[in-house]
Amino acid sequence: MDKVIKVGMADLKTTKSPGILITLGLGSCIGICLYDPVTKVSGMAHIMLPSSKSIKNNKNIYKFADTGIEKLINEMVAIGAVKRRMISKIAGGAQMFSFSSKNDIMKIGERNAIAVKKILKEFNIPIKAEDTGGNYGRTIEFHSLNGKLLVKTIGHGVREI
Amino acid sequence: MSDNLDNMDSLVLDVLKEVGNIGAGNATTALAKMLNKKIDMNVPKVNVLDFNDVADLIGGPETLVCSIFFKIEGDLNGSIMFMLEIESSKILINLLLNGYETDKIDDFAKSALNEIGNILSGAYISSLSGLTGLNMKISVPSLAIDMAGAILSVPAIEFGKVSDKILIIETEFLEGKDNVRGYFFLVPEYGSYDVLLKSLGVTDNG
Repeated sequence: MDKVIKVGMADLKTTKSPGILITLGLGSCIGICLYDPVTKVSGMAHIMLPSSKSIKNNKNIYKFADTGIEKLINEMVAIGAVKRRMISKIAGGAQMFSFSSKNDIMKIGERNAIAVKKILKEFNIPIKAEDTGGNYGRTIEFHSLNGKLLVKTIGHGVREI
Repeated sequence: MSDNLDNMDSLVLDVLKEVGNIGAGNATTALAKMLNKKIDMNVPKVNVLDFNDVADLIGGPETLVCSIFFKIEGDLNGSIMFMLEIESSKILINLLLNGYETDKIDDFAKSALNEIGNILSGAYISSLSGLTGLNMKISVPSLAIDMAGAILSVPAIEFGKVSDKILIIETEFLEGKDNVRGYFFLVPEYGSYDVLLKSLGVTDNG
């Protein structure tokens, strides 16, 4: 049986093939999956907020896109991944509740997605696939055997990206 | 600073707990009036939990839940969310619509749930307003039926700006043999914690 490792909210985990990383019920948060196709080292981070720089209480580096992605890269490199080979797949960033006004709270999923893409670009890690936005939750499973990301929803189907 | 929930002894926490108790009590009374039935309530449980433990309280991050969300605007800004397990929401629909049985939550049932959310959250906020003398109103409701983890990400992110924990107020309504468990999440916006404390005459030297 393949090893399944759960990633919680404001959390990250790494594994080697054939390990599977999963995060359950992603909403406005983003699940970031990084993969080195040669060593098959994979990692998943579940971030909640775009940037540690705009928040005073920023000690938990796993919570933010900027510090979380950096930590994820370092942990993967520590177990044999090579950064310049890394690719990424991202999911989440939904807007669970909709309002007509442009309230900041409501747009957090979209802001998270924008921040994650910007940071991945800064690290020169290409985004091979994404499933972000919408108004529904996602459970994601990342397979280090082949780099496939499975996205499951309630009422919006299952897809592999 | 009072913008910090991590310290369990924090004054903010005590205040929010007390507000939670009073708010939930008022909400129950409002529900009883609306249904014209005797509704009992167990003493609300106010908990401060780590992000990842909240979903487990409800049955895990993939548990299907129904949630009604409101923005709070006025002297204090923030949001309030009322969340129910899907079975509990069906019991409430049945009570409100006098025996309306629904397997799938249809549009009619959704509008009933919005109305219930409105009454409960309105009662909650009006008791908070009475207690603090702060002027606040709630927005129109927004309803979501989805995985608990996904829905909880909304208050978690808001609390996440000040803390790694979530304040959750668990309320149990009892009507006859029916038992409805609901959860309130009252989340002041960053910067509104001080407003809340000051309004209650609490000065925080921590």
